[in-house]
Amino acid sequence: MSGLLLALAIMAALAVLLGAVLGFASVKFKVEADPLVDKIDAVLPQTQCGQCSYPGCRPYATAIAAGEADINRCPPGGEDGIHKLAELLGVDYKPFDEGAAQPKPKSVALINEELCIGCTLCIQACPVDAILGSAKQMHTIIASECTGCELCIAPCPVDCIRMVPVGTTLKNWKWDYPVIPIASIPTKAA
Amino acid sequence: MHSPHIAKPTTVSVIMLKVLAALLPGLIVYVHFYGIGVLVQLALATGTALLAEAAMLKLRGLPVDFFLRDYSAVLTAWLLALAMPPLGAWWLIVVATLFAIVIAKQLYGGLGNNPFNPAMVGFAVAIVAFPAQMAQWGSPTVPLHELEQLAYIFTRQLPPGAALDAVVSATPLDFLKTQLLLGDHSVPELLARPLYGHVAGIGGEWIALGYLVGGLFLWKQRLIPWQTPLAMLAGLAAVATPLWLYDPLHFANPLFHLAAGATMLAAFFIVTDPVTAPTTPRGRLIFGFLVGVLTYVIRVFGGFPDSVAFAVLIMNIAVPFIDHTTQPPVFGAKRKGGSA
Amino acid sequence: MSTLYSFHGGIHPPENKQQSTGRPIGTPPLPARLYLPLNQHLGNPATPCVAVGERVLKGQRIAKADGAVSAALHAPTSGTVTAIAPHAYAHPSGLAETCIVIDADGRDEWQPRQGFPLWQSTEPAEVRRFLRDMGVVGLGGAVFPTSLKLASTHLDTLVINGAECEPYISCDDLLMRERAADIVSGIAIVVRLMQPKRVLIGIEDNKPEAIAAMRAACAGSDYQVVAVPTKYPSGGAKQLIRILTGIEVPHGVRSTDLGVQCFNVGTVYTVARAVEHGEPVISRIVTLTGAVARPQNVEALLGTPAAELMAWAGQAPNSDGVIMGGPMMGFKLADTAAGLTKAGNCLIASSAELFPPRPPAMPCIRCGECADACPAELQPMDLYWFAKAKNFGKAQERNLFDCIECGACSYVCPSQLPLVDYYRFAKSEIWAAERDKKSADRARTRHEFRQFRIEREKTEKAQRLAEHAAKTAAPQATLPTPTPVATDKPAEDKAAAIKAAMERAAALKAAGSATPAVQSEDAKQAAIRAAMERAAVNKAAREAAKEAGASSAAPAPSDDAKKAAIQAAMERAAAQKAARGAASLGLPETPAAPIVPNNVLDDAKKAAIQAAMARAAAKKAEREASEAGQQAQPAAPAAHALDDAKKAAIQAAMERAAARKAEREHAEAAPADKAPTAPAPGPATLDDAKKAAIQAAMERAAARKAARDAEQHRPPQDKDS
Repeated sequence: MSGLLLALAIMAALAVLLGAVLGFASVKFKVEADPLVDKIDAVLPQTQCGQCSYPGCRPYATAIAAGEADINRCPPGGEDGIHKLAELLGVDYKPFDEGAAQPKPKSVALINEELCIGCTLCIQACPVDAILGSAKQMHTIIASECTGCELCIAPCPVDCIRMVPVGTTLKNWKWDYPVIPIASIPTKAA
Repeated sequence: MHSPHIAKPTTVSVIMLKVLAALLPGLIVYVHFYGIGVLVQLALATGTALLAEAAMLKLRGLPVDFFLRDYSAVLTAWLLALAMPPLGAWWLIVVATLFAIVIAKQLYGGLGNNPFNPAMVGFAVAIVAFPAQMAQWGSPTVPLHELEQLAYIFTRQLPPGAALDAVVSATPLDFLKTQLLLGDHSVPELLARPLYGHVAGIGGEWIALGYLVGGLFLWKQRLIPWQTPLAMLAGLAAVATPLWLYDPLHFANPLFHLAAGATMLAAFFIVTDPVTAPTTPRGRLIFGFLVGVLTYVIRVFGGFPDSVAFAVLIMNIAVPFIDHTTQPPVFGAKRKGGSA
Repeated sequence: MSTLYSFHGGIHPPENKQQSTGRPIGTPPLPARLYLPLNQHLGNPATPCVAVGERVLKGQRIAKADGAVSAALHAPTSGTVTAIAPHAYAHPSGLAETCIVIDADGRDEWQPRQGFPLWQSTEPAEVRRFLRDMGVVGLGGAVFPTSLKLASTHLDTLVINGAECEPYISCDDLLMRERAADIVSGIAIVVRLMQPKRVLIGIEDNKPEAIAAMRAACAGSDYQVVAVPTKYPSGGAKQLIRILTGIEVPHGVRSTDLGVQCFNVGTVYTVARAVEHGEPVISRIVTLTGAVARPQNVEALLGTPAAELMAWAGQAPNSDGVIMGGPMMGFKLADTAAGLTKAGNCLIASSAELFPPRPPAMPCIRCGECADACPAELQPMDLYWFAKAKNFGKAQERNLFDCIECGACSYVCPSQLPLVDYYRFAKSEIWAAERDKKSADRARTRHEFRQFRIEREKTEKAQRLAEHAAKTAAPQATLPTPTPVATDKPAEDKAAAIKAAMERAAALKAAGSATPAVQSEDAKQAAIRAAMERAAVNKAAREAAKEAGASSAAPAPSDDAKKAAIQAAMERAAAQKAARGAASLGLPETPAAPIVPNNVLDDAKKAAIQAAMARAAAKKAEREASEAGQQAQPAAPAAHALDDAKKAAIQAAMERAAARKAEREHAEAAPADKAPTAPAPGPATLDDAKKAAIQAAMERAAARKAARDAEQHRPPQDKDS
């Protein structure tokens, strides 16, 4: 009988002690900013295109962290992006919705400088300040900074902006994943 | 197809065939001492292994013919057959082989992906599940002629007049252990019995020698590294020697341990299985040494005198860790100029 | 004789060098056309400095080095530059690259050759610059600009690489056999620049003739010719340095930091040719071998199409392609029209007999053969595993980037796995990920800064407004806090966008028939004008809106707002109609274009533009008014503000009416004018169109004035409310 009581007492004491430690830790080591948002934001492609329906990558990251948004709403991030998010958040991979925006090859905007009237609307729309120019001056896009978000297309009054796919060049050419003629080890054996 | 545009013609099949060839000396000696039962076991294991492998490949949607010709299943079957009792029941070897091929190999992803040595898994399953049958080792001087052996394997019927004790006996290791536990005899007394031949049992020592020859051939062919076998034998001797020196009445001499049981088979054919062994030179030394130590420990202090399988399987678990911690320094990361 | 060291791993593939060493270095016929890629070396591609159509002389510089990590390019023969355009390029990707195309004139006429006779006494930096301008790069395969490699001084050891370990290749062998003297003078120049304590020339012992020739040429100097054991890849710079000096140069460390530098014999040869003879790098020795009738080495002009060289060597009919480089590290040319580059040391005609396809691959059995063969002392099977699983972080952890892609692992693999392909794949994926990461980080920074800037501008504006309001409202001491204007902005932007788009459409259509140059000029001008106008209207509207917002505290909604809205709607409808009219008028013009006199077109265009502009202005005003009305509903708008908006709207409507009239008039005139058979248009119609245009312009001016007035009146109104 006393053994039982002793065990109970020890367990209770342990519970109290550990609870106190945990409580102390949660107060003492409280993390102010939510690092999860940063981590998610780091995975997102930073196109700031708003295709996820959030006004930028960070708001979307915040929404994901808060559990308000799905991980499959970032077309520029592609399937890879979803995989990374799934891994980061420990959730299942989810393909893009049928009707939703689908990933497309990376493009950059190009201003037809013949047509540009220098209205600055695209400059105001560009989320990453990748458009140079001032009022009544012809504008041009810094291709290396363009994220391909397409946000400048709609505001252009003269429709002089179009998206040009970034083709394969010697600079960004990649070796293919080696294809072995025979299915030696199926990577995803059922 | 990209560079290199040339390649050595060696293939996995060639390697496997050479290993099979290297098993022949030991196998011949084994058959010489234990009779045709060994070959029956070998045939049973090979047939079962090929059938099981083919069925599994088919289920996995892989080219059956192509993978059967890598002979890895045959090698597994041979190793298993050489480790099982020569007069064991037919279903014993079949069950063990099925387990080795289906569970230990194919379910883990087939050739190259199995973390555990399939033959050793098959052996371990058999000895844990059917200890009585596994204890009935064939007697080295088997009194049965060929047909009687066959009949015994398939029907478990001994010819009239043959005593079971004359046909099967415990393995030398098993016998030694049991006798020591009974406490009636000391080790030197026991080893002096005719069962133990010169060193570690009639036949056993010669079979071990056969495996050694095959192992040296493989090493000469650069198909096995020197580290793993040497380290395993060293590990075994490293524990056996001090204990024997400390109390020769209770601990057998290291030579006995090296020659007994499946030590030599394991040293040259089991722990050298590249798939389930470490790949780094240091890792191979550590792996081999610890297999040797564990073999001794389990053999002498554990419940299973035929302990090599367990030692190997335990160390198989540790292989990724060993590999990870023994990564050799890359070019330039050591020696002269490396620190700059 | 120095002690030799050895490196880990290595393989002994069949050498196959004897086929091409039987003949002396040959000279293929002058090709008719040369293709010189600008990207022949590591670093920035060269910048062309000749124009298409220009005649160039042999040795003339045709492209300049772009920055320090670059090298110049020279015309290999005299002829005419016929194009600077993408052309097949010797690269594993098979992508085209910008090439300077020269049509040879057959005269092979040199430009005056100017060496650098004072190299012994001049600053080393001068000599280095000279070499860069002569296009000297490492000819061993890495094509790194030599001028940069020469920059260190007081070396311990200078290693000259004549090992040439790869099968089939024998260009360095033949170069050493036949031109040892020039190589040694090149070494002397390098020695003068780098001041090494000793010079070791490493040659694999399977080239006894080359060793003998080099020893003879080095007699009298203290350069040591060292025969090194034949083993692939002893010709790798790091491996040769290890063999000759015992020093291991780790990945990411410059060998000069350890007191060693290594040059290929071909490179020092070109150094000598450039410095002593003024010959830039315009040709190189290349081995033509494999499935050819006459395997041999040739001195080929850079830019010679590979197909021509192979044809000259007698490529066998069963040959299925050309490998540039050796069989271990070379790549199959996607297009044999590619010109020879400075890196092209060997062309092998491949055939199924010489290079049989690999047996089907098996799973890796971790046999460790690859680790035994790896000269970088990696664990290739682990790297393979990680690369295959796309676990690039792990692969990098296991020193993937130490891999020199020599192919030894793949060569020995009993599972016949294309291991190097996996490493190349992993490397390029990692590089791509790094590029993406970098650009994402930059985008993030830029986006964050932009938001910060917008926020700052907003607060500044609010502050300014507050100050302003405080100043004006001070006497009465009651003032609602100015509402931030930003909320209105998107709507305005959108409105402006729509308007401007319509304008543009009109302008484009009107301009459609003019000659391209005039068209764009006109359109642009019109557009600019329109934009200016719009800006003015915008401003007025914004003010109005602001007012509406500011005065929202006051009570009583008003009929005025409603009225303005109705009016606006009507106006909009009218404007749309006008636009449609303009559009239909624009269409038939096109076929008639060439016949229509310019002035008619101009006028029509102008009128259309003006009409569009006026319409836009009207629309703008209307929208402002409706916005003002909406805002006014919960609270009373300031009467004055509404009045102003109304005025503007009315004015705009008038303008629009005038414009419409002009348009209609013009439209009447147009069909007649534009008919292909029509004679020159009557002066009257023209005049009318012109008049309309003038009127529209005047109206526009008036509208602008009204807007400006409204703006000026605003402050007092603020005070009133």
